[in-house]
Amino acid sequence: MSELTITLLRLGYLALLWVFVLTSIAVLRRDLYGTRITDRRRKARVPQPAGVTAQPTPAPPRQARSAGPSRLVVTEGPLRGTIIPLGSSAVLLGRAPSCTLVLDDDYSSSRHARIYPQGGQWFVEDLGSTNGTFVADQRVGAPTPLPTGTPVRVGQSVLELQR
Amino acid sequence: MATVQPHAVRAGRGVELGLLVLALAIGVASYVLVGIGTTDKVPPDVLEYGLGMAVLAVGIHLVLRWRAPYADPVILPITVALNGIGLAMIYRIDFAYEARGRPHGFADRQLVWTAISVVLAAAVLILLRDHRTLRRYTYTAGIAGLALTLLPLVPGIGVLLNGARIWVRVGGVGFQPAEFAKIAFAIFFAGYLVTHRDALALAGPKVLGLHLPRAQDLGPILVVWAASVAVLVLERDLGTSLLFFGLFVAMLYLATERLSWVIIGLLLFVVGAGLAATAFSHVGARFDAWLHAFDPAVFDKAYGGSGQLVRGLFGMASGGLFGTGWGDGRPDLVPFAESDFIVASLGEELGLTGLIAILMCYLILAQRGFRTAIGVRDGFGKLLAGGLAFIVALQTFVVVGGVTRVIPVTGLVTPFIAYGGSSLVANWVIVALLLRISDEARRPARNVRVATPIAGVPQVAAGGDQPTEVIGGIS
Repeated sequence: MSELTITLLRLGYLALLWVFVLTSIAVLRRDLYGTRITDRRRKARVPQPAGVTAQPTPAPPRQARSAGPSRLVVTEGPLRGTIIPLGSSAVLLGRAPSCTLVLDDDYSSSRHARIYPQGGQWFVEDLGSTNGTFVADQRVGAPTPLPTGTPVRVGQSVLELQR
Repeated sequence: MATVQPHAVRAGRGVELGLLVLALAIGVASYVLVGIGTTDKVPPDVLEYGLGMAVLAVGIHLVLRWRAPYADPVILPITVALNGIGLAMIYRIDFAYEARGRPHGFADRQLVWTAISVVLAAAVLILLRDHRTLRRYTYTAGIAGLALTLLPLVPGIGVLLNGARIWVRVGGVGFQPAEFAKIAFAIFFAGYLVTHRDALALAGPKVLGLHLPRAQDLGPILVVWAASVAVLVLERDLGTSLLFFGLFVAMLYLATERLSWVIIGLLLFVVGAGLAATAFSHVGARFDAWLHAFDPAVFDKAYGGSGQLVRGLFGMASGGLFGTGWGDGRPDLVPFAESDFIVASLGEELGLTGLIAILMCYLILAQRGFRTAIGVRDGFGKLLAGGLAFIVALQTFVVVGGVTRVIPVTGLVTPFIAYGGSSLVANWVIVALLLRISDEARRPARNVRVATPIAGVPQVAAGGDQPTEVIGGIS
């Protein structure tokens, strides 16, 4: 075999090695972007490009099971921004690890309050908490109906139902 | 308000198959080029060789599809490529030994060991459905590791070879039990540390911005240190001793996040190495050969000199940037060119370009291990994957560092590449365990909805609950 062929084979082999290494790295590249974080507020503030007609695109209709709320949103407190999709089961709030929403908050009780659906409506119930649960600044005694958009204060957090 | 969504993970089996084809191409190309370089023609059995490798690789790929469909797609191809490169280099050195009339036939034996290793790795993947099962055997693994480490000291089966007592020979088959002990110890350390890490992470006094552990928590690290010094003294094996102690310190750091453990470990290691170097002539000779390698007196020493190290350096120097090419160098001039100094052989024939590509493969392999440790959800799996990845990384560092004269030469084996059945089997088992854990780590979480009862006040746990702070002014 000629000297040239052997040299080409030799260099070709090294190239093959590096193609393998670089392909492996390319496969791993998507690993660097493990999670996607979408900032909702920033997205809303993005100015419309001048060329686009001012017709606002309607938000895609939310696939709600009924007219009732579809999610529970934390609007204040350390967990602000947390969203819990609502199903047919109750949502338990508190410090205990078994709660649906675990509040790392010294001012909330281990099982603080419960938000549950009954007869097509959502209710909030205080579970004998130390500092109480407040719906629109009124301390809750018995289970109280919770309309959409009404703030509920639990310890340092404020939550509300949203469509 | 921000929402965090995890990326949908692709299972990656298709990608893995593609990379496997590339890895097999590397293995077969190495084999062909060795034939061209040494005998000027393509080896006649290249088809059988290629088919055999393909059957093994595709076989374990199918096992992955069956039993671990979400396993990491890069680990297996990297392993296959490294194994293929190693086989080709051992085959090439066999040619050189044959020409000089020295004992040869290493490649055939290594080929058999490769087949055994792959079958064993497949068996691990099939039989071990969940890595958390291993946690039940924490102390069993610890005792097994200790027994394996001590096995070469048993008179009758332990063999003293090349100045180290690390071999066991039973019925004509020799193996190094320490290679398997490292897996057992990784399982033991992971199980032990996941239970006791809180106590070990407790911060004691803070000195110069460093949280020191409390004095009474120093027990475990001192025990492991004493054990690895014992291995060094009794078996005269610097590499195994370093590997075990390094593994424990690394896993301790993974478990506790306290930098002070690493510093304490390094200090203990320096003390131990310094004592060993002054007290034992064979360790002192290693240091001497490292520091004064080019001293003619040290070079010419018949035993324990720097001849092997310096010849390896000369070999890599003659390889230069692009190497002499497969079969065109003289790697056989270095003693143990097929096992301890295979890195120097590869550096000579593939050059810096090839050697860096091989080191990149090790880097990616270790990175995948650590990524698996980050991804997996249970603490035991995290520590085990991190520990196994660290074993691969530390072995590579110690061997390559020794050959390139960064650190003194120790008796560790280059994973997957160097000749040696025990090491190959043990490292394939490590890969199988990493694949198993990565399957768990990358598997999308099942949507489990815990139904909360609609009616009735939930029971509040009685014990272990802190009192709730009372807001002042409200009662």
